Amino acid sequence: MTSFFLNGKSVTVDDDPSTPLLWVIRDSLGLTGTKFGCGMALCGACTVHLDGNAMRSCVAPLSRVAGKQVTTIEGLSSDLSHPLQRAWIEIDVPQCGYCQSGQIMSAAVLLKENSKPTNKDIDEAMSGNICRCGTYSRIRRAIHRAAEIAAEKRSS
Amino acid sequence: MSTAIRKMGSRSLTALAAAPCALVLGVFVASLRGAPRSPKPDANASREAFFEIYKVFTSPRCQNCHPAGDAPLQGDDSHVHTQNVKRGRDGHGVYGMRCDTCHQTTNLPGEHMPPGNTKWSLPSPEHKMVFVGRSPAELCRQLKDSKQTGGRSLQQLLKHLSSDDLVGWAWDPGPGRTLPPLSRLDTVMQTKIWIEGGAACPQ
Amino acid sequence: MSRLHERLEAKRKLPTADTSHVVSPKTTRIARRDFLKTSAAAGGGLCIAAFVPELAARPVSNPAANATVFAPNAFVRIAADESVTVIANHSEMGQGIYTSLPMLLNEELQADWSRIKVEAAPVDAAYNHTVFGMQMTGGSTTTPSEWERFRKMGAMARVMLIDAAAHKWGVSASECHAEKGVVIHAASSKKASYGSLADAASQLKPPANVVLKDPKQFTLIGKPTRRLDTPSKVNGTAQFGLDVRLPGMLFALVARPPVFGGKVLSFDASEALKIPGVRAVQQIPSGVAIVAERFWAAKLGREKVKISWDHGPNAKLSTSQMLDDFSRLSASPGTVAKRTGDPAAALANAAKTITAEYHVPYLAHAMMEPLNCVVDLRADSCEIWTGTQFETVDRANAAQVAGLPPEKVQIHTTLLGGGFGRRANPASDFVVEAMHVAKVAGAPVKVAWTREDDLAGGWYRPMWHDRFAAGLDAQGYPIAWTHTIVGQSITEGTPFAAYTINRDGVDSTSVEGAADLLYGIPNLQVDLHSPKIGVPVQWWRSVGHSHTGFSVEGFFDEVAHAGGKDPYELRRKLLANQPRMSAVLQLVGQKAGWGKPLPPGRGRGIATHFSFDSYVAQVIEAAVDKDGTVRVHRVVCAVDCGRTVNPDIVKAQMEGGIIFGLTAALKTEITLEDGRVQQRNFHEYPMLRMFESPEIEVHIVSSEQNPTGVGEPSVPPVAPGLANAIFAATGKRVRRLPIRASDLLGGNEAKS
Repeated sequence: MTSFFLNGKSVTVDDDPSTPLLWVIRDSLGLTGTKFGCGMALCGACTVHLDGNAMRSCVAPLSRVAGKQVTTIEGLSSDLSHPLQRAWIEIDVPQCGYCQSGQIMSAAVLLKENSKPTNKDIDEAMSGNICRCGTYSRIRRAIHRAAEIAAEKRSS
Repeated sequence: MSTAIRKMGSRSLTALAAAPCALVLGVFVASLRGAPRSPKPDANASREAFFEIYKVFTSPRCQNCHPAGDAPLQGDDSHVHTQNVKRGRDGHGVYGMRCDTCHQTTNLPGEHMPPGNTKWSLPSPEHKMVFVGRSPAELCRQLKDSKQTGGRSLQQLLKHLSSDDLVGWAWDPGPGRTLPPLSRLDTVMQTKIWIEGGAACPQ
Repeated sequence: MSRLHERLEAKRKLPTADTSHVVSPKTTRIARRDFLKTSAAAGGGLCIAAFVPELAARPVSNPAANATVFAPNAFVRIAADESVTVIANHSEMGQGIYTSLPMLLNEELQADWSRIKVEAAPVDAAYNHTVFGMQMTGGSTTTPSEWERFRKMGAMARVMLIDAAAHKWGVSASECHAEKGVVIHAASSKKASYGSLADAASQLKPPANVVLKDPKQFTLIGKPTRRLDTPSKVNGTAQFGLDVRLPGMLFALVARPPVFGGKVLSFDASEALKIPGVRAVQQIPSGVAIVAERFWAAKLGREKVKISWDHGPNAKLSTSQMLDDFSRLSASPGTVAKRTGDPAAALANAAKTITAEYHVPYLAHAMMEPLNCVVDLRADSCEIWTGTQFETVDRANAAQVAGLPPEKVQIHTTLLGGGFGRRANPASDFVVEAMHVAKVAGAPVKVAWTREDDLAGGWYRPMWHDRFAAGLDAQGYPIAWTHTIVGQSITEGTPFAAYTINRDGVDSTSVEGAADLLYGIPNLQVDLHSPKIGVPVQWWRSVGHSHTGFSVEGFFDEVAHAGGKDPYELRRKLLANQPRMSAVLQLVGQKAGWGKPLPPGRGRGIATHFSFDSYVAQVIEAAVDKDGTVRVHRVVCAVDCGRTVNPDIVKAQMEGGIIFGLTAALKTEITLEDGRVQQRNFHEYPMLRMFESPEIEVHIVSSEQNPTGVGEPSVPPVAPGLANAIFAATGKRVRRLPIRASDLLGGNEAKS
């Protein structure tokens, strides 16, 4: 049995501790917003937060998260209110949408650590996430926009 | 390279193959340290030994994490890490692209899976310890330049080579990755010879 | 086959008899009248299942059984709670069709846009493509093919709602109008919401005819409108095929032959069956299925199955050998696809001739969501959940495996995590295989593909080789152009061959973009060799244009330089009789600042391409580092795709197609040695990433023509635009993809 916190709630699963967290989240716990794209930490579709840092859940064994806080896209906000979600909607970033959970989770760490990222910061923070539909220019715009939204929130 | 040492190395390796590597190396280094110093440093042997360890340092398993820029390298062809990974303030990456975003505490099963170690990182930005593109003479001087090593002594270098877990990964890199040209034991021994001989640098 | 009007012409010739083995001839046709009859008979209080029986299926949400629903046709229903559900008969794979189709419909319906919901259509003849006669999504045809129908469906509903209100109020319908989901009688200030009229409207007969708005009155079409699917795609609730979960569902992976056409000789499952959670290991036609309680158990189990394969006839296939073979073949004339004038004589008399060979590799679609299919097979029925572009074909093929009539098989089309053509498989490979797995699983089962399965799974864009010769007159203008194309036909052996392959054996999808060259060159020949090779091939975003765009526009640049002409000016001159492409070209030239100085080391390349009835031109700025790394700085794109329904989606599709094209230009190839695909995952089939993506500008030519294709036409000009930019920057001519650093280094020109 392994216990950890998923989006703030304590969960316990009986999967083998070597099972990649991705499949525990998707198949055992039924949260499917975190996606499978490659299984080798090459595409970023499975990105979640572990104690606030980004982690590719497709290669992280369940044992790594025991007792820790895991946040998935479902836990980012309950009402689409996160500045990144608002910016993503405003700019209509997604096309097929499959990679976007991972993109947003990576961007969330960037924004948390850097309230006004430059294009170079975005290149460094977001190049682990592949988008086959090619939404990169909109992701870039939306991160800049989310930074503005967050700043407006702070000052209001 | 001295024939005697080479023989001794291979004997030791055979004898100790089953024992935990770091422990064995630690014991071995300690025994070397306690051995009587040769009366006169042999600069030629020292330089010769450095060429041996240079081959190790500039092999992909070592130099990929000692790059010239701020991006780690990957693969036996030492290409730039394809995800635009950066060194960051602490050598552990930036933002959501930290080393442990993908790299675990151990290698994962399967070829081309992210290799892993508890300390997986690049050298810190203050002491980058660049291996890539360094000539033997340059690399040799760099290892002795306390400004570049962050004050690390040659004995500490020896210890880094012999007992650091992350360095040890180079000899246990997971399937599909070539090993450095010398064993870890031979690398330590050659470093020892280099140091004992006065840490002579190639011209 | 890019011109929709040609397809419309060809529609009558569509060989229904020949396609009967995949397309059910007995698909239940639900006539519009039947919808209403059923509706009236049930007194209005009925659910959609009565109109389209197949829709009453999990997990598609049903309106409450006693809700009043007005469903005037198969494409829209309006409920008493004011919700308006648009039923989309085309799959959403990123191209924005779950927003564009409702926009078309609501332009006429005039419902409150904020109440619009979208639902995937079940499989039914009512949802067939207006041109292709089967339910499918592809060929950049959704908007063009539904441009009229969806507006008519919306208009029909509005007319009936207005009639219902007029009847209720005892006024003439002509005195009423509709606005934001409300019918208004201006003279009396009476108002009634659509929801309140749903019951009454469903008692009415449909109008025999509806008059559509004059485009000048459009209030929605042509306006940038936010996508309806975005919220669900930023909070994890969007349901893709891989996300479907049924009670008691098992998971399966399939071990497939390492060589195309291989067969299982024998296998040993004893070790696999020891993995906790592995339920069964069974042979199926395409390999060995590992069925387990969880995906991960199936994956671990698959690694333990020992299989002995008969590799079959393709065990020696090698793409490097094929390249030599193709090159040799291209030196001999193929079957003529197009000839004008006398190219041989013109070449012989030319003041200057140039020749070149171009080459592009096999390419995988590599959608971010790997293929998958969920099947719940029962004794007398079957339900399938999958992200597909080919419902009618998949249903017929699945029914055949199940031994059921097609109407007993229902497909729930989920969102597609990318399609690019892969999910429109004429053999329904991923669906048929899942049916076979379902037969041995004995429970609902999800067959998932790993990335490795997906990349090695075939159905690639074919490898192509092109050989050109051009003759220039004394002034440096091209007077002759010959083009020999070598590559596999993607439609041979499929039901589509009957209308893609002509009497001479020329597959139009092999020569599109080459045989219909827009440039005014008086003597032209395009001919084709279609070698038969055991690698499964298929359409891939922009189909034949994906290779002819590169080779034709690259060679055209060579012709310009050989004649001492500016590549932009030469295009302008030779497109003089093509007003739409000329306008696109001038727009892109102006926006990109063609001819203006650039930072040192940077070059500018231009390319145009006509595909899917749309006109696209691009100017790309790029530089090459000392180590041969290509830096793409800026892409300026102009497009004429007729009237735009949602300009922001058009822009997004252009942007996405440009990234897709750059990935093909710079990164990817599928190669085979000893019959085995060499690329396993994204480390060997890399995608363009954020730090490599350029600044992109899209400019749309304002047009009053009917809409044309949008999803694919921005792909073809990318690779040649980049190759031409590299030539401008370095003098190195790129003639093969992907672009290799080694081709850009050293003193010699790239090998031709």
